Amino acid sequence: MLVGGVDVGSTTTKAALLDENKRVRALAIVDTGANVVRAAERAFQEALKLAGVEAWDVAFTVGTGYGRYRVPFGDLQVTEISCHAKGACFLFPKTRTILDMGGQDTKAIRVNELAEVKDFCMNDKCAAGTGRFLAAAAQVLGLELEELGRVAAESSRPLKITNVCTVFVEQEIMMHLARGCRVEDVVAGVHLAIAGRSVALLRRVGLEEEITFTGGVARNAGMVRALEERLQRRLNVAPESQHIGAIGAALFAWERAAHAQAKKLSGDSARPGAGGGGA
Amino acid sequence: MDLVLGVDVGTRMTRAVLLDDRGQILARASRETGARLELAADKVLEAAAALAGVRAHEIGYVASTGYGRFRVPFRQIQITEMTCHAVGARHLFPGTRTVLDMGAMNSRAMRVAESGRVLAFRMNDRCASGAGRFIERVARALEIELDQVGEMSLRAQNPQPISSICAVLAESEVINHVTAGKAPEDILCGTHHSIAERVIALVRQVGAQPEITLTGGVAKNVGLVRALEDRLGIRLNVSSDSEYAGALGAALLGLQRWQRLRESSTTRLDRLRESGN
Repeated sequence: MLVGGVDVGSTTTKAALLDENKRVRALAIVDTGANVVRAAERAFQEALKLAGVEAWDVAFTVGTGYGRYRVPFGDLQVTEISCHAKGACFLFPKTRTILDMGGQDTKAIRVNELAEVKDFCMNDKCAAGTGRFLAAAAQVLGLELEELGRVAAESSRPLKITNVCTVFVEQEIMMHLARGCRVEDVVAGVHLAIAGRSVALLRRVGLEEEITFTGGVARNAGMVRALEERLQRRLNVAPESQHIGAIGAALFAWERAAHAQAKKLSGDSARPGAGGGGA
Repeated sequence: MDLVLGVDVGTRMTRAVLLDDRGQILARASRETGARLELAADKVLEAAAALAGVRAHEIGYVASTGYGRFRVPFRQIQITEMTCHAVGARHLFPGTRTVLDMGAMNSRAMRVAESGRVLAFRMNDRCASGAGRFIERVARALEIELDQVGEMSLRAQNPQPISSICAVLAESEVINHVTAGKAPEDILCGTHHSIAERVIALVRQVGAQPEITLTGGVAKNVGLVRALEDRLGIRLNVSSDSEYAGALGAALLGLQRWQRLRESSTTRLDRLRESGN
């Protein structure tokens, strides 16, 4: 039995396939672009191809992310908050707080030992402290998003970024460069500024150890370092951090599929022949 | 000739107004500010002098304003934008009681007394949601030149609301509208209304009274002026000199101060002469 999770984010769409033992069989990622339905289909097809299976091999699929209702083959929709909590606790069972930094919003989530969401806080009104802030800074500096972490690591004296608004920070960066500041110090300063915003969000939900960092921005080593510096604690970061939402969705799908199977089995044994169409 | 220059170093544009000793405008000049503020100030000084047919060193007094006012090396005095815009707006429209200054990065609302004194002041300086940069970003996403945005939005048939407050997140919303086949005119009109709503909140906070005068670079955008007038239900004072109001105010205040300085030095000289006699 296989189950699927599709996480349609504002910037990228992720798909995950798990087998009956909850082992990850395939992870795929595509740019969301303007056509959300297409993006969901493309990510799912890619995951199927990687796993070498067909769509009908997948017993149950859960959609999550802001485009979850536009996943045409989704059997169920679950919020990205629940999915990130589920995925993070699956990969790091001692997780109590989750920071999810995506392309357009940042979320702080607190969970209990059963991976149930107890509280969450979200910044989706303003690009400050989100992946977009990093992307904007990279653009002004003429750097690729992927280079930022490496460049920040070269800084010996991070600059203090005083503005909050992404638009104003672009101007601030230009002024720093005009004054001859080093690019790596600017980049490191930008990371610390975003980390500051995220820590404020985390404190609002209540910081409890362990903290797991998820979402696309978690791949940025500079961001991990800046957060650890601000928090004075270590963060859990998985290599599949970007796919945690999709993995969480697939885990919900697994529960549904397992439940349906158990019901079918018990129904079959208790009332032979009465099952008919099944659940 | 006694000439006074007002230089307004803004976040996007640097502007200069050159006055003669009677306060008549001899020249206006503007250049993009860029990252080297001193250079931008130099350029508008040279441009204004060239337009007036005078040499830069013939300018007797320079007053600077704007966020880069401390970076004008040849200034005699620097004055806050708030004061300069209030003075400039009242010079252009003497009946002004409220000034709305919309620049690339900041929007300011001021209520002024009949005497010209600023009674209340509100500014949006933490977030670009009500600033010109919001329009610039939308224009860029739509691949439309900034100077065409205003006219274009007036042709909107079915304005598309922009729900994002954040200028950065609005870009994605605009792209979604474009892919959904919405007309650029309609998206621009929606953008102007969204910004108008934000700045009108500022205007209300200072307890706006008519007449309301619009200053700053965004005043050139007829689409935004229309959106503001629609939402406020009154006409706004706007002139082709609205964008120069800051520089004009600086020049007028500079002229006043220079005249006072000279008067006091002549009285001192007179007193010296009298005592000498």
